Amino acid sequence: MAANRIRSMFPVAPRKGETFELRTGLNSQFAHERKDAIRNTIAAMTLGKDVSALFPDIIKNMATSDLDQKKLVYLYLMNYAKTHPDLCILAVNTFVQDSEDPNPLIRALAIRTMGCIRVDKIVDYMEEPLRKTLKDESPYVRKTAAICVAKLFDLNQSLCLENGFLTTLQELIGDSNPMVVANSVTALAEIMEAAPETEALLVTPATLKKLLMALNECTEWGRITILTTLAEYKAQDVKEAEHICERVVPQFQHVNPSVVLAAVKVIFLHMKVISPELCRQYIRKMAPPLVTLVSSQPEVQYVALRNINLLLQKQPDILTKEMRVFFCKYNDPPYVKLEKLEIMIRIANEKNVDQLLMELKEYALEVDMDFVRRAVKAIGQTAIKIDAAAERCVNVLLELINTKVNYVVQEAIVVIKDIFRKYPGYEGIIPTLCKSLDELDEPNARGSLIWIIGEYAEKINNADELLETFMEGFKDEYTQVQLQLLTAAVKLFLKKPQSQALVQKVLQCATAECDNPDIRDRAYVYWRLLSKDPEVAKAIILSDKPPITSTIQSLPMGLLDQLLGEISTLASVYHKPPETFVGQGRFGADAVQKRAIEELQRDARENPIQASAAAKEGQNVENLLDIDFDGAVPASAEASGAGGLESLVSDTPVRAASPMSPTTGPGNNMDDLMGLFGSSSPPTGNSGNGLNGFEGLNLGGSPPPPPQQQKKSTNEDILGLF
Amino acid sequence: MASALFFLDLKGKTLLARNYRGDIPMSAVEKFPILLLEAEEESSAVPPCFSHEGINYLYIRHNNLYVLALTKRNSNATEILLFLHRIVEVFTEYFKELEEESIRDNFVIIYELLDEMMDFGYPQTTETKILQEYITQESHKLEIQARPPIAVTNAVSWRSEGIRYRKNEVFLDVIESLNLLVNSNGNVLRSEILGAIKMKCYLSGMPELRLGLNDKVMFESTGRTTRGKAIEMEDVKFHQCVRLSRFENDRTISFIPPDGEFELMSYRLNTQVKPLIWVECMIESHSGSRIEYMLKAKAQFKRRSTANNVEIIVPVPDDADSPRFRTNIGSVHYAPEKSAIIWKIKQFGGGKEFLMRAELGLPSVKEAEPERKKRPISVKFEIPYFTTSGIQVRYLKIIEPKLQYPSLPWVRYISCASDYHVRLPEPTQT
Repeated sequence: MAANRIRSMFPVAPRKGETFELRTGLNSQFAHERKDAIRNTIAAMTLGKDVSALFPDIIKNMATSDLDQKKLVYLYLMNYAKTHPDLCILAVNTFVQDSEDPNPLIRALAIRTMGCIRVDKIVDYMEEPLRKTLKDESPYVRKTAAICVAKLFDLNQSLCLENGFLTTLQELIGDSNPMVVANSVTALAEIMEAAPETEALLVTPATLKKLLMALNECTEWGRITILTTLAEYKAQDVKEAEHICERVVPQFQHVNPSVVLAAVKVIFLHMKVISPELCRQYIRKMAPPLVTLVSSQPEVQYVALRNINLLLQKQPDILTKEMRVFFCKYNDPPYVKLEKLEIMIRIANEKNVDQLLMELKEYALEVDMDFVRRAVKAIGQTAIKIDAAAERCVNVLLELINTKVNYVVQEAIVVIKDIFRKYPGYEGIIPTLCKSLDELDEPNARGSLIWIIGEYAEKINNADELLETFMEGFKDEYTQVQLQLLTAAVKLFLKKPQSQALVQKVLQCATAECDNPDIRDRAYVYWRLLSKDPEVAKAIILSDKPPITSTIQSLPMGLLDQLLGEISTLASVYHKPPETFVGQGRFGADAVQKRAIEELQRDARENPIQASAAAKEGQNVENLLDIDFDGAVPASAEASGAGGLESLVSDTPVRAASPMSPTTGPGNNMDDLMGLFGSSSPPTGNSGNGLNGFEGLNLGGSPPPPPQQQKKSTNEDILGLF
Repeated sequence: MASALFFLDLKGKTLLARNYRGDIPMSAVEKFPILLLEAEEESSAVPPCFSHEGINYLYIRHNNLYVLALTKRNSNATEILLFLHRIVEVFTEYFKELEEESIRDNFVIIYELLDEMMDFGYPQTTETKILQEYITQESHKLEIQARPPIAVTNAVSWRSEGIRYRKNEVFLDVIESLNLLVNSNGNVLRSEILGAIKMKCYLSGMPELRLGLNDKVMFESTGRTTRGKAIEMEDVKFHQCVRLSRFENDRTISFIPPDGEFELMSYRLNTQVKPLIWVECMIESHSGSRIEYMLKAKAQFKRRSTANNVEIIVPVPDDADSPRFRTNIGSVHYAPEKSAIIWKIKQFGGGKEFLMRAELGLPSVKEAEPERKKRPISVKFEIPYFTTSGIQVRYLKIIEPKLQYPSLPWVRYISCASDYHVRLPEPTQT
């Protein structure tokens, strides 16, 4: 694995011979050899080899009527465009041409790929094809173009706005095709998230109607988009909210759990405004689909369970009758089991508590330690939640302590401590607890037992002996145990003054031999208190403590409300607000994007062979341009164009070389570079190959028209470059 | 929304990747196996999504692969995880089996599919049947170029036009699987019927279908008197072809079906059901020498039905050996690789009762820690011509407005066990 990591940090170029072979293949005069070579290049790319050096050779194969080949070339372009931004301009022609192909599949492919080539040069030429494809007759092309607007916005906001693409996109919400509507909404939602000031997706009564119409007709993924938008929409009045709920509720029956959760989100958020009677009705309707989510794929189940947990914190009564559904299956993955436990204790009530306890006891005897501990903890939480069941819970816990399984006993003691904090009258079980004293090795369990001993010192005959046993290793204990021991000894002394020796020993030890200021300070406080007035000490230390009400963890109200607005998203899974994990600063979205770009640039820079390839490609490009466009210009029969092209030719190589210039300095890089040149065939021979390949190709397909033929503005653009 | 997808082997090495948005460093995937390992060390419960340094990792496991999605936003987790599962489904239909080898062998078509199924991180078309119409393993001839089927973007995105059959037939399979969990003392802890209606549709044109079930809610809402039993389905899920709003309004199940095989609907019933096959077990453990199992299996359904291919799988200790069995029906064999004995009965008539005794040797030296693995007995069976819930297909109306052909629906019923478990009792020690 380490090797793998190193390899991908410095992408390995394929063997020198292999690159050569591929290049020869790509320039072959036979179509099938070229196609095989493209395939092999993509195969090498898939394996993580760096084949970016073949960029110019691949790009020659772009203009083809073979759809498979075209797709592969486009795929290559998407992957390596960043490493050869200047060469991408060579692809523009084919893109523009393809975006006007009679086959909608090719039109869509062209516009989809253009949006994925995140290079400024390409972006400049996207305007026209995008405008056309947005108005295409084929819905397949329109739906692809709609997403492409979001791509363009991501790359160049102002260009997108200036050309009015946003308005066109907004108009597409009224498209006759549901998938186009869905993708437009997707794109607009994305733009809105990136730049709220654009007000890209403002739902009006008119758009609301269109969305609700499209909802019943579009694909499952489209429904998710539309439902998410509906959830975020603030209804203007009660009637509108009721109308939305009414139209959305059939989606509960959709087979896709993600659609169901999205529908739950809509209803749950709009429920706040609708009449209480309808509200109850919807809550009733929500239960069965939520239960069904628990039989989906385990990963999806997990997300659903995390969300159900949130819903239950807000509406504790949704699933009270459904306890059995959340019983763990023995083959559930551990992460699902733990979440089910969380939910079970939330829906526990007096009616189902017996069932629950039987189940929890069963779980506590399983093998997975984390799960067992959680089950024991759940028994304690149930005891504190339901007064009537406390005794039964304690009995189950005692049974579990009798199993003598170490971690079960420890967890049980921690839990029993909490039970003591709420219910009086269980002092009778203390001797049983104390029997396992020697086996406790976790600070939490030791601390809990010591607390119990201190709290009930007057009822335990040998309390002083018990504490004495802990005293022996006082200095080696965890802070938390030391603190408990200190307090317990003081309580014991206040209740039974005859144990003065013990308390003195503890205080002595804590003040003189402990480095921890917390322990020292507390010891001093106790000491002074005791020496001043034991009655005051008693009033303070033995004062009545308020009973605890719940040990089930709940989110604070504000956070809960925020997360309910995020149902089904990662935030609802983590139970954390998005800003905590989407991250700022070093890990913020922008920073991540920057790292992505840097990575690509580094790939281009750091690799010596890559750099040498860039150097080599300078020559190659020259050859390529000479050959290709000299051949193409006569076809276009436009004299003035030739001049522009020539300047393009002379300009490009210089800039193509620029990224490698800083790295060619070190000697070994140069060696490498020389080596590469030495081993491959002399440049002249190579260019000959290029010539053959290209001629063959041009004869086969129609020659790509030079850019002048498109539009005047583009033409000026090119000329302006030089 | 996903930024990039990865197929990784179990060591975390990338087999194939597709970067959809270019907003995440692709090297982030190298952290994945390390993060997974760290999480596993911390707890046995490693969730299917986690966040690290501003990047969220969502993954599923399939065979010897991880399918991983990365995103830097607060994306829809359900959608992404489901999409990953859908990728596995589609690829499995394309390549029979999705694993390391098939990824390596089919990388060209995988790239094509990934391109068609997701754009800029948003799921697009995931219907295998439709994808197969324009993305094929055969390379296209120059003359005939594939075109996107109209169905891709249609409101009816699951069926192409112009389908023709000489004989128009529909096969309906009503399959009910029973999930059951029984305590060692015979209490049913959890019982659930998961039903599904699967269709094989060989119909021409664009037929309109309407399915009638003995649905209690529909009978009540239409005020019809029920002849015979009506059933109350707790939750119903439909294939996307079914018009959900019509079902919501008047419980009518109406749809234009996809061609060929698909699952029309699934439903769930939570009613308490009597275990169809009841297994009682007694264990006697003579510690240090042998362990004995006594099993009694009883078929608690009507005499005229028969359960086929019954398998009762009883877990035994890992270190058991030299098995001996005695039974009055079927065959028993010991499967040490599963640490279980399997009792197979080809045909189990309703109301019948059978016995089995097994005796296995145990090593005299035991590990200090007693074995506390709590695997339950699992039972498998299928009962044809029988549904536990009593669901019935009352009619299936088929109307093709243009072609108006006669057609025949065929209906079959079957019940089977899916998650059917009986917990083992504590062995009596002697």
